[in-house]
Amino acid sequence: MAGIDLKELTKKQNPLTEGHRMCPGCGAPTAVRQALMAVEDPVVVVGATGCLEVSTTVYPYSAWRVPFMHVAFENAGAGISGVEAAHRVLSRKGVAREKIKFVAFGGDGGTYDIGLQSLSGALERGHDFTYICYNNQGYMNTGAQRSSATPISANATTSPAGSVIPGKLQRAKNLTEIVTAHDIPYVAQTTLHDPMDLIAKVKRAVETPGPAFVNVLVPCPLFWKIDSADQMKVCKLAAESRFWPVYEVTEGKHVLSYKPKNPVPLEDFLRVQGRYSHLFKKGRERMDLVAQGQADVDREWERLLKKCAG
Amino acid sequence: MSKPKCWQDVPPATIAWGASALDVETGLWRSMRPVLDQNKCISCLKCWLQCPDSSIKTSEEGRVCGINMFFCKGCGVCAQVCPVNAISMHQEADFTNEKREHGEDPGRVAGHVK
Ligand SMILES: Cc1ncc(C[n+]2csc(CCOP(=O)(O)OP(=O)(O)O)c2C)c(N)n1
Ligand code: SF4
Ligand code: SF4
Ligand code: SF4
Ligand SMILES: [Mg+2]
Repeated sequence: MAGIDLKELTKKQNPLTEGHRMCPGCGAPTAVRQALMAVEDPVVVVGATGCLEVSTTVYPYSAWRVPFMHVAFENAGAGISGVEAAHRVLSRKGVAREKIKFVAFGGDGGTYDIGLQSLSGALERGHDFTYICYNNQGYMNTGAQRSSATPISANATTSPAGSVIPGKLQRAKNLTEIVTAHDIPYVAQTTLHDPMDLIAKVKRAVETPGPAFVNVLVPCPLFWKIDSADQMKVCKLAAESRFWPVYEVTEGKHVLSYKPKNPVPLEDFLRVQGRYSHLFKKGRERMDLVAQGQADVDREWERLLKKCAG
Repeated sequence: MSKPKCWQDVPPATIAWGASALDVETGLWRSMRPVLDQNKCISCLKCWLQCPDSSIKTSEEGRVCGINMFFCKGCGVCAQVCPVNAISMHQEADFTNEKREHGEDPGRVAGHVK
């Protein structure tokens, strides 16, 4: 990737330290590390309640080398707005002299669900910040409940697959497009399939004046029921199957960052995760639901291609 | 510190020390241990980029030079992403006689728990 020298990056201390208490193989700390690697200016981080915040700030320890503010579950957008606005005023008064980047992290529950109005307000007011949603597709910190980011048919504790329902009945919300509709300068969607893609996108996001948003799909090995070693493998399948299109929207213009040459069927992505195992149970297969999921993926992909062409 | 008499006496921030998690030996969680074969390693940095626990050590020249057992949780991500199989996973129980490593600044925790 142009402009990013990995060897140079190894000399920098990461804002997130080792010694945090996230589970082995969790996708969230990988995403945070990669996201903050290429941020050159001093950074202030705001975190919504969720696994990342809880496990990086277990009293009396903190895994943050940079100023970190925990707000609540529902207001990372408001929290980062306030910090950014305060810095703007102090800069105007000549008190604050340093250029600072403002980054908020929220889980999918804290972003798609309860924090949506707070985020929407911050985007509309046009604060200069980057909001990163680490999206593990459910409420992990409280025990794998479904969120509006949980995909259809996934087995979550509040949409349990069994004799009554085959996992979650509703489709996931397309938050990346909801954010895009706010007409902000930079929006991106990615996953852990390729570190350089995430690093480059966050670099672009923080360097863009005004609000920027990055939606990163990250596995939770406990909820997705995958091996702790498999975060990258599963994210590659998410991108290759087009379940999770990797793209960006700069000043309203959609551009695909990755177009799979030989897309794999959605089934390949589902089969490696225990949260879909009920769809493939011998004698009780639900291939109709797999086909329905594939049709959703195909339709969404066509929609996205049209936006990229238009 | 004396007991606060009213809420105004409560100090505003509850966690005073940044990076204090460097005292937390998450390596104790490990049941599998990654072992790096320096002869095979081409120093592509893929494991360094992907490790959720920043436990891949790099030299001053930016080459991968070891794994920090004080923090490594043994998830196996590094072994999985290595393109030349330079990292293999082994039972932690096979290493019980080894001396334990220390973090960046062991012992400082005593200073910030008041
Ligand atoms: C207002 C409020 N409701 C509920 C909770 C309990 N709670 C804490 S974390 C969490 C789920 C977080 O889910 P998400 O944002 O997806 O982050 P994850 O834990 O998955 O990383 C919930 C429901 C809370 N802290 N505040
Ligand atoms: S429960 Fe899931 S999201 Fe939370 S720390 Fe563990 S692996 Fe990560
Ligand atoms: S991924 Fe493998 S080859 Fe690359 S730096 Fe790590 S150990 Fe070396
Ligand atoms: S096993 Fe996991 S925690 Fe340990 S060095 Fe490898 S990637 Fe990092
Ligand atoms: Mg979540």
